Amino acid sequence: MIEDSGKFDLNDELKTQIETILDNHCHDFTQIVGILLDVQEQISQHYIPKIAAFYIADKLPIKLSAIYDCITFYDALSDKPRGRYPIEVCDSVACKVNDNGFLLETLKELLGIDFGTVTYDGRFTIEKVSCFGACDRAPAVKINKIVYGPLKTREQVRDLLKQFV
Amino acid sequence: MENIKYITENFGKYDISSIDSYMSIGGFEALRKAVAMDGDAVAAVLSEAKIKGRGGAEYPMGRKWSQARVVKRPHHCVVCNADEGETCTFKDRELIKNDPFNLIEAIIIAGWTVNAEDAYIYLRAEYACLRPRIINAIQQAEEHDFLGKNILGTGWSYNIHLYSGAGAYVCGEGTALIRSIEGKAGRPRMKPPFMKQSGLFARPTCINNVESLSIVPHLLRNALPYMQAGTKESVGTKLISVGGNVNKPGVYEIPFGISIRDIIYDLAGGVQEGRNIRLIQFGGASGKISDDRILDIPYSYESFAANNLIIGSGSVLVIDERTSVIDFLRYTQDFFLHESCGQCTPCREGNRHIRIFLEKIKNGIHTDEDIRTMKTFATVMPMSSLCGLGETAQNALKSAFTIFPEVFTVKKSAGGI
Amino acid sequence: MIMEDMINLKINGMPVRVHKGTKILEAARLLHIDIPHLCYHPDQRIKARCRICSVEVVGKKRLLAACATECWEGMEVFTDTKVVRDTQRGILQLIMADHEENCLTCPRNGNCVLQQLCSRFNILRPNLTHVAEHLTVRTGNPSLVHDPEKCVKCGRCIRVCKDVQGIEAIGFAGRSTGLKVTTPYEDDFAKTDCVLCGQCTVVCPVGALVERDDTDKVLDAIFDPAKKVIVQTAPSVRVALGDAFGLPDGSIVTKKMVAALRMIGFDKVFDTNYGADLTITEEACELIDRLKNNRKMPMTTSCCPAWVNFVEKHYPGEIEHLSSTKSPMSIFSAVLKTQYARQEKIAPENIFSVAVMPCIAKKYEARRPELGKNGNFDTDAVITTRGLIKLIKYIGIDFVNLQEDEFDDPMGESTGAGAIFGTTGGVMEAALRTAYEWLTGREMPTLEYTPVRGFEGIKEAQVKIDKYNLKIAVVHTLKNAALVMNKLQVGQCDYDFIEIMACPGGCVGGGGQPVTTTFAATKKRMSALYEIDRSSKLRRSHENPYLKKLYAEFLVSPGSDKAHQLLHTCYQARTKEFDF
Repeated sequence: MIEDSGKFDLNDELKTQIETILDNHCHDFTQIVGILLDVQEQISQHYIPKIAAFYIADKLPIKLSAIYDCITFYDALSDKPRGRYPIEVCDSVACKVNDNGFLLETLKELLGIDFGTVTYDGRFTIEKVSCFGACDRAPAVKINKIVYGPLKTREQVRDLLKQFV
Repeated sequence: MENIKYITENFGKYDISSIDSYMSIGGFEALRKAVAMDGDAVAAVLSEAKIKGRGGAEYPMGRKWSQARVVKRPHHCVVCNADEGETCTFKDRELIKNDPFNLIEAIIIAGWTVNAEDAYIYLRAEYACLRPRIINAIQQAEEHDFLGKNILGTGWSYNIHLYSGAGAYVCGEGTALIRSIEGKAGRPRMKPPFMKQSGLFARPTCINNVESLSIVPHLLRNALPYMQAGTKESVGTKLISVGGNVNKPGVYEIPFGISIRDIIYDLAGGVQEGRNIRLIQFGGASGKISDDRILDIPYSYESFAANNLIIGSGSVLVIDERTSVIDFLRYTQDFFLHESCGQCTPCREGNRHIRIFLEKIKNGIHTDEDIRTMKTFATVMPMSSLCGLGETAQNALKSAFTIFPEVFTVKKSAGGI
Repeated sequence: MIMEDMINLKINGMPVRVHKGTKILEAARLLHIDIPHLCYHPDQRIKARCRICSVEVVGKKRLLAACATECWEGMEVFTDTKVVRDTQRGILQLIMADHEENCLTCPRNGNCVLQQLCSRFNILRPNLTHVAEHLTVRTGNPSLVHDPEKCVKCGRCIRVCKDVQGIEAIGFAGRSTGLKVTTPYEDDFAKTDCVLCGQCTVVCPVGALVERDDTDKVLDAIFDPAKKVIVQTAPSVRVALGDAFGLPDGSIVTKKMVAALRMIGFDKVFDTNYGADLTITEEACELIDRLKNNRKMPMTTSCCPAWVNFVEKHYPGEIEHLSSTKSPMSIFSAVLKTQYARQEKIAPENIFSVAVMPCIAKKYEARRPELGKNGNFDTDAVITTRGLIKLIKYIGIDFVNLQEDEFDDPMGESTGAGAIFGTTGGVMEAALRTAYEWLTGREMPTLEYTPVRGFEGIKEAQVKIDKYNLKIAVVHTLKNAALVMNKLQVGQCDYDFIEIMACPGGCVGGGGQPVTTTFAATKKRMSALYEIDRSSKLRRSHENPYLKKLYAEFLVSPGSDKAHQLLHTCYQARTKEFDF
């Protein structure tokens, strides 16, 4: 199961990293979306733990509700822990008509997980996402910013997963 | 078919990490030309080329710039909309990937033309891997004094800032985009005030799509090939993104006026395994659809308008016979159901109910009244939604009512169940 | 009036002339047409979100939102065409399909905007699939109930929380059909920045944000023969109650209210103004003490419970600035359960003390452990003006035609200074009247001290009293309070005495007032309170005869040890979920 984000430990190292990110963004609260993206990148499970959101709200002249709004509004931000390699499967028309259903089923089967669950070793989660502009490589997935596709056979999917040890 | 390279002229011709390489093929010549011209003259070049906004809204670009430059309020800014979110649209990705310096040059020219102090590039989160290229291009341009203070000795100062989106289609809408840059959730606001008067941080703002901008330096350097291409009303070339069930999906530069058949069967290598075409959607998820009856019409603004289609973002999504019209509409509806910002009632709730009606049709349990109600809401939604997303979300469905009326009939069961 | 500033347009064919900048919705009102609206609120920024005010404008392809669109010269508007009806009705149907339709058991049954619209559009049966999900009702505090199932996502509550109060305890989250109005991380209000001012419950058009209802508790006590149920009513209730019964805004209905309370079954009907007089006397004494002995300055008032919550939660380092004097409600209840109980020979535990307040934060205040003894609270139940309206309607009282009646003795007696407690500036004015007299030995030259009156957010003045040149400030809304507190935090605030009330206009615009409350109505109520003051025989708190008796027989003098024990309280910093 996905671990409760309330238990996340905001250690001094992460605090320093967040401070650096805030410095890079000149402590400008209008850059909150960029700040959150950068913080999320620092956390191996690619999400914004609740305590980190509180911390950022504490450091910037912005209210927690505005931060929470951003986290829940934008697809690229998550308030729930994800795998170290979140597999974002494009679920738009161009990929759907190129049988991304097969891709999804294969991923689920090979990893033994469903949406919203993480593999036992914390490596993978599977997420359906909107078009990320790789329709020329449909059906495609995106893992930590890199696009992979087309993935039409079981072998291609298996080879892909092998890269993330 | 003749291969035209105008907007994509620089692709592969220089080392995209080096400004010197870019300058060796004539880079920043257009900027030098522009700063020697009056802003109105630059806008006039665009007006003459009849460039319409390539993001989807099709607003005449020359008019946009000449309107923007005369706004009396101070602190003008330029926004480059690189939040390419329409499904099956990925031309801006190619432009940034293969020709980042041209885009930077274009943004500087835009700033000069509209008297801006700053520019903001809003890059969609999905293209995060292109960030380093843009940052590098900005930095090098700064080092060569194409950005910063007193650019090319004109006394004019200008900077480009790169902002990241975070995964929201609606942020391609101007007001949502600026809210996102301002550090808020990207929910559109009503207009007026219009962008050109009060946009980003309440400054007069001129928003342009990546492709629209990218044309400008080419046009200033040598307009002739562009002016000679295309049709009378649709001058020049266009980048199109072809995808779906075609053999060679990809981005192609075409002169306006070639036939859709040429696009699909020549450029894109035809439909996979020679299947028949069920439907084609032009202009992304918010675009309209047709079946193969339009294969021989020219790809141009005027012929599309005559055939109740829109060019929009320039995507061509080909769906083959394996996918039914209803399934396609369901997929499109799923997209909007996910991407609506949710703040205005017609769009938030309308998408959801249209999706339910489509499901009923798919399952064959719809009634005449269901169809009537669905048609009412397909009208109500675009009539009353707050922004362009709600206005165009039912474009595909509404064109399907005309093109595929048989899909929306109720089959009378013969003699009970 | 300059002619160029006027615009001519036609609505449904009827010509109308309006000022430049007028919105279609407002222009239609001049023609006595009420264009349906939901997210629109006269005191808020335009949201144009519900779209139910969509109207047809000749020459426009799409419908325009009447709340947001400014009229232009020659504009032709239609509010009643088929496409407009289809759209407005369609939007209503869309909302209804996502709305928990338990109107009969909704706290807003009868005064719900959505209900009125449905009735207006004759929505008889839903033609869409019902898609409302079951969502948890948030109730973990004594004041505020949030029922997200009833929310129509109009955003009025968010606007008031942010633009008026600067709190932002609630906001939007999510998108598309997942959009909701929520606290961050869906925490209960107690854990958030919320200070329970209740402004959101005033502007909510439906039953999504309402107060915790305590009217049943009151009725139970009334039905209990062992209980002596004693009610006190806050000054601002008597000038707001009439609104709900069709009387003009700001009608003074004190005596009808007393009669109604007696009919509801209260054993004694007393006046919180008496408590206000006590608060003033103690607070003036405290101010003089702080001035003379160079104690923590500036002193701020502490009668507004949302303001007290605000300091405890958001400025815990500045708690010492709060006057230790209890609020009028709590001071009243404390006297009621001690001195009055003794005098009337009633066991304090047999007294059930009810307060009718314009406020929902008072419900929280009443549950503060320091405001009670041995686990018994001094104030047993707080109902709001809205709660009182419900009780009046339950009994079936024809309020408008009611015989007038007087408060009971002795705690029904009060001064004009107590009455103006209900408006911003009133506490300051009342305190000055008493402090002036005590410090100088003379009556204030003019009792009506106008620099502290009015609707301005932060009012400043200097008063020379004796050898002191007092710098005072009067502040309403928490957004303005934060401005003052931020200055105070960095030592840039040279006031001596600050009056702060959380709600716009003070208690007259309180979070427990009728849902029809607007700034315009609030201003009328303010004038009404000043009118009550003007026509009072006694206008200085320390002149209150029962107050004098209390000090003479029991408390010795203002500021005495005994007075401190009974009439003062303490505050504490509220812990946060995460402390960095």
